[in-house]
Amino acid sequence: MMTIGLSHYLVVAAALFCAGIFTMMTKRNAIGILIGVELVLNSTVLNLVAFACYLYRGAGKVDGQIFAIFVIVLAAAEAAIAVGICINLYKNWWTVDVDKASTLQG
Amino acid sequence: MNVRVKRIFPAAVAMLVGLGSTTLTALAAGSSAPTAAPPGGVLEAIMFYAVAIATVVSALGVCVSRNVVRMAVWLFLTLGSVALLYFLLAASFLGAIQLIIYAGGTLILLVFGVMLTSKSPWVRWEAPKLEVLGAGVVCLALFVTLSLVLCRASWPGAEAALPGAPVADIGRRLLTAYVVPFEVAGVLLMIVMVGAAHLARQEK
Repeated sequence: MMTIGLSHYLVVAAALFCAGIFTMMTKRNAIGILIGVELVLNSTVLNLVAFACYLYRGAGKVDGQIFAIFVIVLAAAEAAIAVGICINLYKNWWTVDVDKASTLQG
Repeated sequence: MNVRVKRIFPAAVAMLVGLGSTTLTALAAGSSAPTAAPPGGVLEAIMFYAVAIATVVSALGVCVSRNVVRMAVWLFLTLGSVALLYFLLAASFLGAIQLIIYAGGTLILLVFGVMLTSKSPWVRWEAPKLEVLGAGVVCLALFVTLSLVLCRASWPGAEAALPGAPVADIGRRLLTAYVVPFEVAGVLLMIVMVGAAHLARQEK
């Protein structure tokens, strides 16, 4: 219990993942859904860093951290595009309620 | 006005407490890192549990908050706590990246998105109760299953202490073995910048 192992970090990441999924499922605001996606991506990065630090370590072995850096960069890019889409949605429908934007449903 | 102050006050207090505790933990981690605490040290356990509880509580705060601004504040606390977890995992460069890009960039972007896309940032949309209940049951079941599996799994060779990787190694790998993904990420960021500006442009 007092020895912090890999499982402890993975359980925290699982909690973050489930919180993100719950946020994505229950929010109607597009920005709220985006916040849920950020939580899920954070849990992914936490998993990568935990595995890298516990199972793949040694001199020069930093690949897990590099993957994590790429995930963070992609998350930032995704957030920028998604906020742009939300602003566009607001300009066309005057709301960012995702249930209202159902034109493509036919 | 009074009601609004009453509503904001707990969030502000929680934010201040969170910031204070995270700063203290960061200081403790920074002062204890060079001495290389023994694996399974009590200090490490205490710091891990404090930061883990802060992470989970603020993630739950994101879940249960109903207006978006409060969600963003809780997300800020979550991101800070996850950065502290990176520091505890001896990935200090990644913790700094997390604070700079996520807490400094992405979150500001989200808050600007909230301000630009609603007539009042305090507006709330409710999901139907049944949907919230279903989502809660599904996510709780997923979390319990994942936790049970993770706690029973054995990770061979995962019990030893953590040596931190120096930042120089990250830079070297990034510019040798990972130079192509690095450049592709740069091009992607430029495309994203142009695309976001195009999406959000003012129509004539």
